[in-house]
Amino acid sequence: MMKTTLKYLSMIAFLGMVITFTACDDDDDNDMPVNIIYEQEDQMARPAINTVFVSTGEKDIFNTTPPAEQGAAFATKFNDKLLALNPGYTTNLLGLDAATFTGVLATDVLTVSLNAPTTFYDGTNVLTGRKLEDDVITVELILLFGGPDAMSNPGLTDDHVDANDKSFSDSFPYLASPH
Amino acid sequence: MRLKLNLKTLGLALVAIVACAASYLIAADHIDSPAVTGTGSDITDVYAFQSPANANNIVFVVNVQGLLAPTATAAASFDEEVMIEINIDNSATKDNTEDLVIQAAFDNGKVKVYGPEAPIQKGVMSTLLKSSPIEASISAYGANPIIGESNGIKVFAGPRDDPFFFDLNQFKAIIGGTATSFNNPGTDAFAGTNVLALVIEVPKSMLGSGSINIWATSNREM
Repeated sequence: MMKTTLKYLSMIAFLGMVITFTACDDDDDNDMPVNIIYEQEDQMARPAINTVFVSTGEKDIFNTTPPAEQGAAFATKFNDKLLALNPGYTTNLLGLDAATFTGVLATDVLTVSLNAPTTFYDGTNVLTGRKLEDDVITVELILLFGGPDAMSNPGLTDDHVDANDKSFSDSFPYLASPH
Repeated sequence: MRLKLNLKTLGLALVAIVACAASYLIAADHIDSPAVTGTGSDITDVYAFQSPANANNIVFVVNVQGLLAPTATAAASFDEEVMIEINIDNSATKDNTEDLVIQAAFDNGKVKVYGPEAPIQKGVMSTLLKSSPIEASISAYGANPIIGESNGIKVFAGPRDDPFFFDLNQFKAIIGGTATSFNNPGTDAFAGTNVLALVIEVPKSMLGSGSINIWATSNREM
């Protein structure tokens, strides 16, 4: 008799657990997060690429073209733009002719080294990242206007703004406090 | 000028190093296109560098909503319908498709950072990752930075000085044909202005090895 009672009690307890778990499952289903979907609007890697090389009517299209597809869609247009900005362009300090240079630029990604100094250019390393203090504009002006020896168009190869107006910090989050 | 001479000295040696990595050109990305100008999704600049505080880490900075005057900064806020994504190609071939993403969403005064993790969806559509995010309260204007930290990752979101510097107005004058050269000294068009900054520091071991290609996107919830 005692055994039978215990047996029934176990069954009831077991059923109770099943019901409880079932209820939990139902709750989980109701709380299951739905997919939150986003559509891309802006895109950037190297500084000023869209601003300088993309024509007014295509800036939104450039921003919503994945990098893997940008080269095919924009390299020729970038080449035309470079020659419009600097009709005398032959090669630049990197030895890249117009088509090669703009072919690289049209795929807008930033290479970041995981085992070497990270900088846009520090006198030794080139395009291994972008630090806050890197004078990226002067580097770009030299490559656009400076010719093969960086000596062409001396009035166009340095904007003479060499540093930020506030100092950066060596500790997180590194950017200066707001004005 | 020293930078130029250094560049010249390097000369052709650079070609091999940079052949697949070259980059370049003018005013960062502030107000770059009609669809994003004046909205919460306008990316101004992207930075990626080894942490000055820990050589094992990489720091990603994505700034939005540039050219904020100090008087407008306290009222500026991240758009809660905009998710900022750092896309990472760590493949050996560098096919420039994202193998990993870091996603930052903004909700009820907090930034929530997901990843780095393989994306649910690649390309111009993105699905928010389902793992547990690292959270931090969005830092207020004038207050000390609030830092979220977990699993070796640090996150910050809030107003900061715009770190970009450039004599943009003189460049525009040159392009427009009303000037023929830069001035010396130049005038930093971004001096005295703020941005809304997202800063994420990640152990290199979570990103890959050798080098990676990265790009940032802003994405609006559908």
